Amino acid sequence: METGFTFTNTLAAILTIGIISFLWRDNPLYKVCEALFVGVSAGYWFVSLWYQNLLPQLFDNLGISQLFSSGSAEDGALQVLFKQGRFDDRLFYLVAGLLGLMMLMRLIPNLGWISRWPLGFIIGTTSGLYFTTYFQSNAMAQLKSTVLPFTTVGNIVMVVGTICGLVYFYFSKEHKGALGGAAKIGTWFLMITFGASFGYTVMSRMSLLIGRFDFLFSTWLGLVK
Amino acid sequence: MRREIPLIITAIVGFTYIIQFFVPHWPFNILEGLLTSWMLIIFAFAIWLGALNLLKVSLDKISKRSRDWPYAIITIAGFLMIAIPGFLFSGGRRFQDPGTAFDYIYQNVYSPLSSTMFAMLAFYVASASYRAFRARTKEATLLLLAAFFVMLGRVPIGDVLSSFLPEGYRMSQMADWIMNYPQTAGQRAIMIGIALGIVSTSLRLILGIERSHLGGE
Repeated sequence: METGFTFTNTLAAILTIGIISFLWRDNPLYKVCEALFVGVSAGYWFVSLWYQNLLPQLFDNLGISQLFSSGSAEDGALQVLFKQGRFDDRLFYLVAGLLGLMMLMRLIPNLGWISRWPLGFIIGTTSGLYFTTYFQSNAMAQLKSTVLPFTTVGNIVMVVGTICGLVYFYFSKEHKGALGGAAKIGTWFLMITFGASFGYTVMSRMSLLIGRFDFLFSTWLGLVK
Repeated sequence: MRREIPLIITAIVGFTYIIQFFVPHWPFNILEGLLTSWMLIIFAFAIWLGALNLLKVSLDKISKRSRDWPYAIITIAGFLMIAIPGFLFSGGRRFQDPGTAFDYIYQNVYSPLSSTMFAMLAFYVASASYRAFRARTKEATLLLLAAFFVMLGRVPIGDVLSSFLPEGYRMSQMADWIMNYPQTAGQRAIMIGIALGIVSTSLRLILGIERSHLGGE
């Protein structure tokens, strides 16, 4: 990366300082940077999804993008239909395009209800997909990896911790007696988990913060060599 | 029609995925591939909807001169600042290549803003930890100790401070042990709980018992 007071470095530095200025208090510079961030983020995904998803998946398969580009691009479903007179499976992508357009109907107040159809589709696909994948990878596979021989302290901790943690989440019976004791031990394990995850998160955020200060003091100002 | 058809779509699509898992043969394997590619396209439209809605809300704010409306102009300007170069001046499908206008804005505007925004969380996490880490109870002490070992074990000073301890008991090794065993045990309990919750919620959605996502009317 180029160092010093170049236009790009100064622009990035102003934006960085603008966001950090919120630590002082909510101020116009922060609000400008925040509004810019929201707009640029939306624009970034708008463009990225067009080129990475909609264009190759929908418009290329249907043959719509081929209508607007010259060259030797492969024929889409519409070209196959009208030039060769045969049905191409990719014509089914019309349904996806139609559902996508129905999703955009949400922007028109009177027609907003139409977006429930694609919403129903998304809910159905994610539910069906998660039903099997989560059960397989997050429940069965985790249980399988937990059943370990009691040969090391680590293995004992793993088995006891997982079972007691699960007991804590069992609410069909009052946590009393042996169940209560196991739930209590489960709480300890959960607290260790939260503490460790917290520590891990703090370190990752600190690393990002150090990166930004490194940019300001080393790349931009050149104070740190 | 406004509620029944979406419920029918959800049920058909959801059951197709579940059947495909147990019967991965024709026609279910073909259907699964087709539905997944449709899903990706509809997801993209859903994110487009979000972006377009942001523009609509911002324009509304400007036209009504609502509170803080000048910032809405900056939001729209930010959107156009990356969208116009992305569509018109960045080489089409190679829009993310180094040196394009889109990449320039990504590197010099989006990237500093997003990394600083996430880095700011370090301060808020520090302030939250001050409140959470007061060792008032046994549970809070465990939270504090686990975080202490993990944080110190991830930086070189942790091993320097614990260099007098025998090999295997130094700070980084303690942190690794915590992450590999007690942390993983608790994490597994949470993951299994979440998985069972997702399975039951998915079934409720597919069967149409849960329909709050469709709203009123």
